[in-house]
Amino acid sequence: MNFVMERFLGGKNGAIGIAILAALIFLVLPLVLDLFRLNLVGKYLTYAFVAVSLVLLWGYGGVLSLGQGVFFGLGGYCMAMFLKLEASDPESTKIQSTPGIPDFMDWNQLTALPWFWEPFHSFSFTVLAVLLVPMIFAIIIGYSMFKRRVGGVYFAIITQAIALILTVLIVGQQGYTGGINGITDLRTLNGWDIREDSAKYILYFVNAVLLFGVIFLGRYILTSKFGRLLLAMRDKEDRVRFSGYDVSNFKIFIFAVSAMISAIGGAMFTLQVGFMSPSFVGIVPSIEMVIFAAVGGRMSLIGVVYGTLLVNFGKTIFSETFPELWLFLMGGLFIAVVLYFPNGLAGIWEKHGKKLVNCIKRMQCYSATKSLIASMRTKFGAAKQS
Amino acid sequence: MGYSADEMMAIFAMQGFAGISLFSVLLLMALGLAIIFGQMGVINMAHGEFMAVGAYTTYMLSVLSEEFFPGFIQYYFVFAIIASFIIAGILGFLAEFALIRHLYKRPLDTLLATWGLSLIMQQVFRSVFGAREVSPTLPDWLLGSYQPTDMIDIPLNGLFVLALTFFVTLGVFLLMFKSRWGLRVRATTQNRVMSSAVGINTKMVDRLTFALGCGIAGIAGAAFTTIASTGPTTGSLYIVDTFMVVVFGGAASLFGTIASAFSIAQAQSILEFFISGSMAKVITLLTIVIILMMRPEGLFSIKVRK
Repeated sequence: MNFVMERFLGGKNGAIGIAILAALIFLVLPLVLDLFRLNLVGKYLTYAFVAVSLVLLWGYGGVLSLGQGVFFGLGGYCMAMFLKLEASDPESTKIQSTPGIPDFMDWNQLTALPWFWEPFHSFSFTVLAVLLVPMIFAIIIGYSMFKRRVGGVYFAIITQAIALILTVLIVGQQGYTGGINGITDLRTLNGWDIREDSAKYILYFVNAVLLFGVIFLGRYILTSKFGRLLLAMRDKEDRVRFSGYDVSNFKIFIFAVSAMISAIGGAMFTLQVGFMSPSFVGIVPSIEMVIFAAVGGRMSLIGVVYGTLLVNFGKTIFSETFPELWLFLMGGLFIAVVLYFPNGLAGIWEKHGKKLVNCIKRMQCYSATKSLIASMRTKFGAAKQS
Repeated sequence: MGYSADEMMAIFAMQGFAGISLFSVLLLMALGLAIIFGQMGVINMAHGEFMAVGAYTTYMLSVLSEEFFPGFIQYYFVFAIIASFIIAGILGFLAEFALIRHLYKRPLDTLLATWGLSLIMQQVFRSVFGAREVSPTLPDWLLGSYQPTDMIDIPLNGLFVLALTFFVTLGVFLLMFKSRWGLRVRATTQNRVMSSAVGINTKMVDRLTFALGCGIAGIAGAAFTTIASTGPTTGSLYIVDTFMVVVFGGAASLFGTIASAFSIAQAQSILEFFISGSMAKVITLLTIVIILMMRPEGLFSIKVRK
């Protein structure tokens, strides 16, 4: 019990944080929101997988990947390929010139299913592929980069280039991938209609459970000896190397784990939203996912979930009402987070929220609020002067 | 493929020349980026938007001279290049002052902050100039083409951009390697603390270098208007290619930047003729990524003490 408390929940404070988040996701949101909005939250929570993976990779590992969308996309595409094959059985595609292959292949004059689509007839293969394909891809990239001590800015740029390559490839190879529209019109999962209302509820909860599983996994990794090494590596890589550890292997491992976590998010995205397209793979979504993590707090597994929800709600609300303003706000958010709140929401909470909670307990709000205002003033003032 | 030898030569000459236009723009973009990256280790994700500033400046001057001084339309382009340089440079100076200098110790964060800056600049372009692509009226002397043989047809605007690129590159070379100011820049790159100890104002050097890099991006924008039209997101289309040019060439190596801009642009435009444009891009970028994985320091690199 003690082991679970310390290693998975992160002590008493961590357990309270997880309990509050769980109450929000499992009780409050499903009770308050209608199905349409809840489905939207489910979609946002799939991005939270990527944000959690970035906490491990970027917050603790110090490796910024601008290509997490690649792994999100690979996971999503693997799932979409399975669902698409199920949706295009010979019976429902008999008006095509080649029945039994997905509709977009037929439109692109393909007459047979490409070889790499074949195994996706099997559900168990698909689940394995969702987990393993992005992982293997990450290991290949990680191996060739980290073994040669490529890191920092170079790594960010190269992962960004990989995101661009994959997007251009998917868009260009329409016949095999569905092109710019992606893989659409997905209906059933092993005969279970994923478009029904009940299915949407079930998928929301499955997604939430998986998200918590991933958070626990992240906590387990970070509280292990490996987690300590990760942090040491981020701060003084050479010292860890000189102490006899093989730094590159640790980096490859954490990169592979983060790829797998992102891919689970991608697969859940496909299931809940009902399509997958290259617009969730490229440079822009990849870097937006980084900002979700940055807003939530790059060092906090719980914080990034709030960050993801908050930024996405903001995006939905603003792009519905003031589309002009949204990019200004998003741009401002990038700058403000980096300049003033490098630890994001979680950092603000650590610094001021706890004081507020204590003061509410003791009814001494006045002094705590004053200190908060004073510290904000010095922060902004200092930034202006320096 | 049934091409005769003559036709192949013509294809290579024309596609090669199309590649040279791409090369010119890539090189002008990459020069600015390489100076900034080599000098400060800062990644400027908004570099493409500084190029767009130059392009929109050129467009504005073209519209203004059409409206008010129709006789001036033949000459405005020369002024547009200078104005693009100055305006983009001033904006770069301000960006460094307001944003970049707080983040020198955190290069990854600079990347995010400048991405935010690029989003804001894109929205400004969209609000001011509209979402549609615009292009300036080109003076007559930039239109038309030069035909050495029947099959080869080389557009004059490409030749002009090439000449412009040559002079800008020469100017940067002279500035960096033959002037007092360049000496200070190189000294700061090699050993910042030492340079500061011998009386170089390294902060000012940083700021001016950043402004210079952005100004050159502005010139790239002016050159860009002669070969394509400009939209709010034009800059972001070229930013990854430009990064690849800089990284592939080896940071802080002027010659490497030129060589890598040339090989990337040529590979892409010659491949484009034989296979689809998207596959040409995929193959070019993939090759660069693989080469970079084997040789992370790029084609040419100079040893720098950190």
